[in-house]
Amino acid sequence: MLSLRRKDLVCRQAVELVTAYLEDALSRRDRRRFESHLRECPNCSAYLEQIKMTIELTGAIEPEGLGPEARVDLIDLYRRWRGE
Amino acid sequence: MDVELLSRLRNGNEEAFVKLVSWYQQPMLRLARSMVSSHAVAEEAVQDTWMGVVRGIDRFEGRSALKTWMFRILVNRARSAGSREHLNVPIEALHAVDPSRFDEQGHWADPVDRWTEHSDERLDAAAWVPLLKSALDDLPPRQREVVILRDVEGLSGDETCEVLGISKGNQRILLHRGRSRLREILDAEIERS
Repeated sequence: MLSLRRKDLVCRQAVELVTAYLEDALSRRDRRRFESHLRECPNCSAYLEQIKMTIELTGAIEPEGLGPEARVDLIDLYRRWRGE
Repeated sequence: MDVELLSRLRNGNEEAFVKLVSWYQQPMLRLARSMVSSHAVAEEAVQDTWMGVVRGIDRFEGRSALKTWMFRILVNRARSAGSREHLNVPIEALHAVDPSRFDEQGHWADPVDRWTEHSDERLDAAAWVPLLKSALDDLPPRQREVVILRDVEGLSGDETCEVLGISKGNQRILLHRGRSRLREILDAEIERS
């Protein structure tokens, strides 16, 4: 992602670090800079919160139940294979 | 759980196979569907995968989780099916956030919305899942694969790398872009609502 040379992050840089931050993949130094930016920037805090909610909502996508036909097909397949 | 299930599968226990199918048919179909252009091709890849699982179960060494192993078989089948299809790959966005949202100094030009202000405390998942599903469909394939494995299926980063055969850095970038795009789409809709 971004290499950070300047001492203070600006928002445009901070948003690119959000995933690495959540994955705990930032260096200690970058993590400190990211967290101190968050403390001072309500917009980036709100942004991080939005990303967390996005993750939570994506996790709510659930597989639909398996249709009976697909199940019968597969059991057939399995029996044929075991019988080979 | 895996160990017991595995030994029943190896002994040819049909009930164990049915259980496996009922758990993983839909997740596999969804992942396959994200990699190929038609439902029929996806179903074929999943069907192939079940054959691969049944044939390979005796050779599975248990070094990774059963689910990870099966997903890897699926990715290989779907990829070889997909490569026969000549997909158009959409251009991947380079920025997590549209650059026009920032001023010249790189600060937010307008305040970022707190989504929960629009509802009581939590967002209603049922209301947003349909939008998210279609947003997920529109992601570039590699981002979609990573987001599905991480955030829908709940695999770890390491497991996702193993299933897709990609590096940790690459996995993170794809996840970052995919999640960023989903956030952007949700944000636009929530603002409108």
